[in-house]
Amino acid sequence: MKQFDFTVTDEQGIHARPAGLLIKEAKNFASGITVFKGDKSADMKKLLALMGLGIKKGETITVRVEGEDEEQAAAAIEKFLKETF
Amino acid sequence: MQVATGKSILNGIAIGKIKVYRAPETVISDRQIDDVEAEMARFEEARQKAIAQQNALYEKALAEAGEETAAVFEVHGMMLDDDDLVDAIREIIAKQRRTAEYAVRTACDNQAKIFAEMDDPYMQARSADIDDIGQSMLDFLTGADPNSLQGTEPSILVAKDLAPSETVRLDKSLLLGFVTREGSTNSHTAILARSMNIPALVQCGDVSADWDGKMAIIDGYNSCIYVDPTDDLFRSLKKKQEEDQAGVALLQELKGKDNTTIDGRTVKVYANIGGPSDIGAVQQNDAGGVGLFRTEFVYLNSRQEPGEEEQFEAYRHVLESLAPKQVIIRTCDIGADKTIDYMKLDHEDNPALGYRAIRICLTRKEFFKKQLRALLRASAYGNMGIMFPMIISVRELREAKEILAECRAELEAEGVKIGQYEIGTMIETPAAVLIADDLAKECDFFSIGTNDLTQYTCAIDRQNAKLEPFSDTHHPAVLREIQMTVEAGHRHGTWVGICGELGADTTLTETFLRMGVDELSVNPKSVLPLRKTIRGLNLSQNE
Repeated sequence: MKQFDFTVTDEQGIHARPAGLLIKEAKNFASGITVFKGDKSADMKKLLALMGLGIKKGETITVRVEGEDEEQAAAAIEKFLKETF
Repeated sequence: MQVATGKSILNGIAIGKIKVYRAPETVISDRQIDDVEAEMARFEEARQKAIAQQNALYEKALAEAGEETAAVFEVHGMMLDDDDLVDAIREIIAKQRRTAEYAVRTACDNQAKIFAEMDDPYMQARSADIDDIGQSMLDFLTGADPNSLQGTEPSILVAKDLAPSETVRLDKSLLLGFVTREGSTNSHTAILARSMNIPALVQCGDVSADWDGKMAIIDGYNSCIYVDPTDDLFRSLKKKQEEDQAGVALLQELKGKDNTTIDGRTVKVYANIGGPSDIGAVQQNDAGGVGLFRTEFVYLNSRQEPGEEEQFEAYRHVLESLAPKQVIIRTCDIGADKTIDYMKLDHEDNPALGYRAIRICLTRKEFFKKQLRALLRASAYGNMGIMFPMIISVRELREAKEILAECRAELEAEGVKIGQYEIGTMIETPAAVLIADDLAKECDFFSIGTNDLTQYTCAIDRQNAKLEPFSDTHHPAVLREIQMTVEAGHRHGTWVGICGELGADTTLTETFLRMGVDELSVNPKSVLPLRKTIRGLNLSQNE
């Protein structure tokens, strides 16, 4: 299992379209990817659930990656988050 | 005459007859079904058609309104493909043995409610997107045709609400503007209307079905609609509309064209901006770049000194949005008429000649370094220029550059990526003009700030209205200084621009071009009129 924290700096938070791109990126991997915000969590491969977390600027999320390709998946997702949000 | 107010989403005027637009009511039966398989197949067919439709709308919006707006429909496509939503619908069909229509409506209503109850207005507005994709599937399931509601003559549509896909599907040749009772300025419908240049009001509570067929004017500038307007009002708003249309015509005529004179001399026409909110104006007016990005907003909009991170985000956003266009960012120019509490600047009797701009930055090095580090980090995201204001000596310029180099070394040691950038000096004092040769050796470009240069050259306080009879905006001394600056710059391969108000004065454009000015940076609205002037000049003819 791999896990990392990420703090959103994008003005609009994790909003619709980039969230869609994030889902696409997550779907490239076989591992299960879960996003935690406070006591709520969502599957990163599901757009509406992810948007439902309402992740805003300044908030910190925890991303947990579990599965056969977790190394690559965690690295790729972290990079994507940093570049996009 | 009746007046109703709402929230305007575009500064524009629409004049025409009202057509009350009634979306068809989808009647949904909650009867039980026998053949679950068949119902599943109906749902899947409708879902696939809805995805195909959203893809087609993406293409249509891309052509009519551009990439950013079209992205709405890409998101809709992804929502239609969302596992949770699809599973919820299938479950209602299978377990509750209901029709596909009932399942779609129920699952979409639930999801829309989740968004509507979130505390972020942006997320709340997403419930309209869910309603939209739900309606799209329902239309395919029931065979309804939501088109053909527009009537046959160009009109102002009045509706309860309009979904983004309805807005894109509307025949633009019949759509003068629209007014909705609901909706929000954050909605994708609003964004679409804005990018398609359609005057519109949302949240206009007083819309009435009785308006059908009446003459009306949407005044987007004042966020209201006049139904049966008076003759006077009609005339004055008609005039305003014609002026707007002339502006649009100018844009269509000149957008994408070079700033080249008849005899082939090209000059850069850039825009002056005051913050990330001006990015749209730069793009809409087709400026070639930004010649002056005033960074005061980061200081003025803050109760305490803004941090490096906050500044970096703002600069990165502007650079990234406008790349590969050049964006020249002026370092902190506070002091004089722009004071800030947390800076704790002493009161001065003569602030224009006082402790301001680079003078503050060079004495409060840690404060200055925050901005320079933010700028250097942002440089990786676009085509940046850094410009130092109020320079009066070579020593100051060198010192500023040394601090910049120090920040660069720190960032490189931290492994931060830094892009290419040019360094420039603002020429806004007679002292800078007189030593322009020496300054030119130290930088890539000059930008002449004509407002301050005029004030300091003529000893005329810009803020004092009493001095107006003595002020001459075309003072020959200032024009001669501009000429000297251009010549000095060019002797050392330093390009020279003008970013003060004089740059937009089209009566001087020919003079500036003859002097050899390389760039004119003006407020975004002046970009196209200036381009028009430049394209009409012929410098090979005698003055």
